[in-house]
Amino acid sequence: MIDVIHFIQTKFYYLVVIFLMMIGLYTTIASRNLIKKVIGINIFQISVFLFYIAMAKVKHGTAPILWDKAVIYDNPLPHVLILTAIVVSVSTTAVALALIINIYKEYETIEEDSILAKQELDEEESILAKQKLDIDRSNMA
Amino acid sequence: MIDILLLLIIVACAIAAVSIKDLLSAIMILGVYSFIMATIFTRLNAVDVAFTEASVGAGITSVLMIAALSRTKRYEYLYTKSERRKPSALFLKVLSLFIVIITGAVLVYGTLDMPEFGDPDAPANKHVSPRYIEESHHETGVNNFVTAVLASYRGYDTLGETTVIFTAGICVILLLRKFKKDDDDRYAGICY
Repeated sequence: MIDVIHFIQTKFYYLVVIFLMMIGLYTTIASRNLIKKVIGINIFQISVFLFYIAMAKVKHGTAPILWDKAVIYDNPLPHVLILTAIVVSVSTTAVALALIINIYKEYETIEEDSILAKQELDEEESILAKQKLDIDRSNMA
Repeated sequence: MIDILLLLIIVACAIAAVSIKDLLSAIMILGVYSFIMATIFTRLNAVDVAFTEASVGAGITSVLMIAALSRTKRYEYLYTKSERRKPSALFLKVLSLFIVIITGAVLVYGTLDMPEFGDPDAPANKHVSPRYIEESHHETGVNNFVTAVLASYRGYDTLGETTVIFTAGICVILLLRKFKKDDDDRYAGICY
């Protein structure tokens, strides 16, 4: 029991990060709405950023900026990685949203179920059209 | 104390953002989530990251999402009770919950070996970073270590990041441009 309390006390940041990640992952898998999926991906990404920043913290450390009175600094390297990652996450979000707009233009819905239903309908129609074409051709011959 | 409060707020924001049916509200709450995360970054002394998260993460992402929403539908489709109780929908929900819980359990198991939060003797804080903290001011003349590493030591990394943004911009332009001239024979390949 004491072990569990000590674990939660010393690592509560990581536990919160895992909880947020799982919320994002669940939304990405289970939600049927495409924009909701993008929101889930965003929550997942931002929680990963928090994980890196929490790893960089040092007890009683100051921000990694040169200062006369500083005794110990936080680790600057995860900060650098995450600065890059934030920008990359925004680029992926932009591309995902552009794809969603194109899907909406094509199917007039952003719900997965309706998209799949419409795709099946289209396939059936194309098969029917092809059969009709074959019959026409055989008649011509 | 304020750390725990902020973490509670952020968990509440995440749950609200995924459970609300109005997508515009969900995007707003996602913006709030990003801003609270920027506050947490400031609490953890990552000031540069907090700046970027507040401007790029909260600002541009929200703008892009609202722009996308203006071209699609605002409200999520409301499933009726019978549609929600269908075996296939129920199976999907249970399966995804199962996957998520297993993944979470594995991750919690992984944190057992992690160094404690704020441990100065953690390998990540012992190995490479002291060299940058001690030397970067003499070598680059920049007071901020994060900027020194980002723009000087890892300048090519930042160039690669710019390439990523450029590629994403080209992708968005290619996906969203309008076909005007050949609008009639666009479907020429599909029609027989």
